[in-house]
Amino acid sequence: MAKITLSDLRHSYAARPIRDDDWALKHLDVEWRDGGAYALLGPSGCGKTTLLNIISGLLRPSHGRVLFDDRDVTDLPPDQRHIAQVFQFPVIYDTMTVGQNLAFPLRNRGVDEATVKARVAEIGEMLELSGMLDKRAKNLTADGKQKISLGRGLVREDVNVIMFDEPLTVIDPHLKWQLRSKLKELHQRVRRTMIYVTHDQTEALTFADQVVVMNMGEVVQIGTPVDLFERPQHTFVGHFIGSPGMNVVPCGIAGGQATVAGHTIPVANPVAAGDVRGRIEMGVRPEFIAFDPGGLPVDIVKVSDAGRFRIVDTRLGDHSVKVLVDEGTEIPADGARIVLRTDNTRLYADGWMIGAGRDAGRGDAGQGDVA
Amino acid sequence: MNKTVNQKAWFFVLPVLLLVAFNAFIPLMTVVNYSVQETFGDNTFFWAGVIWFQDVLHSERFHAALGRQLTFTFTILAIEIPLGVAIALCMPRRGIWVPVCLVTMALPLLIPWNVVGAIWNIFALPDIGLLGRTLNGLGFDYNFTRQPGDAWFTLIAMDVWHWTSLVVLLAYAGLVSIPDAFYQAARIDGASSWAIFRYIQLPKMKRVLTIAVLLRFMDSFNIYTEPSVLTGGGPGNSTTLLSIDLVKVALGQFDLGPAAAMSLIYFLIILAMSWLFYTLMMRNEDQ
Repeated sequence: MAKITLSDLRHSYAARPIRDDDWALKHLDVEWRDGGAYALLGPSGCGKTTLLNIISGLLRPSHGRVLFDDRDVTDLPPDQRHIAQVFQFPVIYDTMTVGQNLAFPLRNRGVDEATVKARVAEIGEMLELSGMLDKRAKNLTADGKQKISLGRGLVREDVNVIMFDEPLTVIDPHLKWQLRSKLKELHQRVRRTMIYVTHDQTEALTFADQVVVMNMGEVVQIGTPVDLFERPQHTFVGHFIGSPGMNVVPCGIAGGQATVAGHTIPVANPVAAGDVRGRIEMGVRPEFIAFDPGGLPVDIVKVSDAGRFRIVDTRLGDHSVKVLVDEGTEIPADGARIVLRTDNTRLYADGWMIGAGRDAGRGDAGQGDVA
Repeated sequence: MNKTVNQKAWFFVLPVLLLVAFNAFIPLMTVVNYSVQETFGDNTFFWAGVIWFQDVLHSERFHAALGRQLTFTFTILAIEIPLGVAIALCMPRRGIWVPVCLVTMALPLLIPWNVVGAIWNIFALPDIGLLGRTLNGLGFDYNFTRQPGDAWFTLIAMDVWHWTSLVVLLAYAGLVSIPDAFYQAARIDGASSWAIFRYIQLPKMKRVLTIAVLLRFMDSFNIYTEPSVLTGGGPGNSTTLLSIDLVKVALGQFDLGPAAAMSLIYFLIILAMSWLFYTLMMRNEDQ
């Protein structure tokens, strides 16, 4: 069990990185507390797996250090770091039984047979594999095999962190949900640090206490699922999390507030026009917009049904704004007007939320909450 | 809906049927035909029953040739399979050396068989061949045309040189199909190199190795051209393998009946042993 610190981490697969694009990981300073459940969320190619392999020791970072508690493990090979990893495709040892698979990491480390037996029985019980310990592992279904991979991590008492690299990719949809709840339950039971890599926001948000959102090799925000939803630090987070994603509308600034198509819209983070540079945008989630006769006039373009709610495509001036309303809500036919909830409407400069400070989103995970 | 019943579809299988008939079935039946008849020339044949089969099965000459054949086949299998796997394990899995290694490995397989025999014959000549001269120069009394032991050594060295590449290529194909995650997981699980070989690489290579063993078994059991060019079965009968003996009986002595009976027994042995190998190696697949 350990706190994980990534200090001034950079990594490039190129021998001599020159351009900004050469870096798979641009710059990372993160501290993860012991026993937390973290998710690394981001699109394919954003550096999640690179980061995971650096923590597990399969990759050595080009720059920076990895610390477990206060011990520098940057140069240690994976087997000396006391970590476990569950891969995208189930890794099992074909010729062994389920029980032998679970015992493998212990036997490799010369643990005595009595302890091995006890641990295997205990983990088998925990993962609901008890009945099949003597079965050949290769005959299990994909979710059974993933459980074995996970079990090989849990079976060792000294594991600092268990990492999951998109572990549900090959699992049938109806079993995904089950296995995900199982993971969550296991985390509460064993209280080991777990890091879960995924590009699926549902998986990340349901599994983790803290979600690390990555894009283009850098961390854009670390926060609780609620933070990411209500206070996205970057327009990317707004887009990537939520369905549909956050409305991001180019805007001007007047009197500290946003101006769009000649309307002044009050925001949660007012700023003087002279204090910011770059591309200014206003971000507000469709959930925080409502139809109200006293609001801004919009044209309705399209209404789509999405089960319990409806997504209304509107135009505010030249800009598209999506509004999410409950199933039963009446949508005005003409002269629709919308109101944006001020607390959840924010200004962004070059993608980053104004007033939050870029470091706030990247610092200690425990302080990811920046209102 | 009414189904139209006609048998015209059978014509579609006719070409294949004809091909198989002319390619395999009719020649084989000719041999069966010879094996139960006796001829004194003049193209007249007499029914002989199973007498040739009895003769061959009780013939010491056949036993000796079969013994030599089994010794040869199992020796080269015992060398080529482990050696091939070992070389495949040493080959790089990515980078510019991959094609270099693959082409180098494939070279011996591209040489015509009688040329391989000729190369080794000259290479091993005790007075002018590089190998023969060198061995004699080092103080070994080496002469593959006179000493049976030396003939065997040369024969096996030639086969290993010629065919280990096949095992290497097959084993290598098995190795590169293993995803990196398996090696990474094994490293995390603290597995030793031996454990990685035993529990990851070997099981993943099992299918291709089964094919390698079968191919090498059948090919080496049928081998004719190379030993025939290298030693011609000699000195004496010491390297007369089954196929060489068969040719001597069929074309040298023109004993059609015994040769046909011998061919059939030869064929059945290969069939039975291939089945045995396959069954043994695939035994645990479906448990």
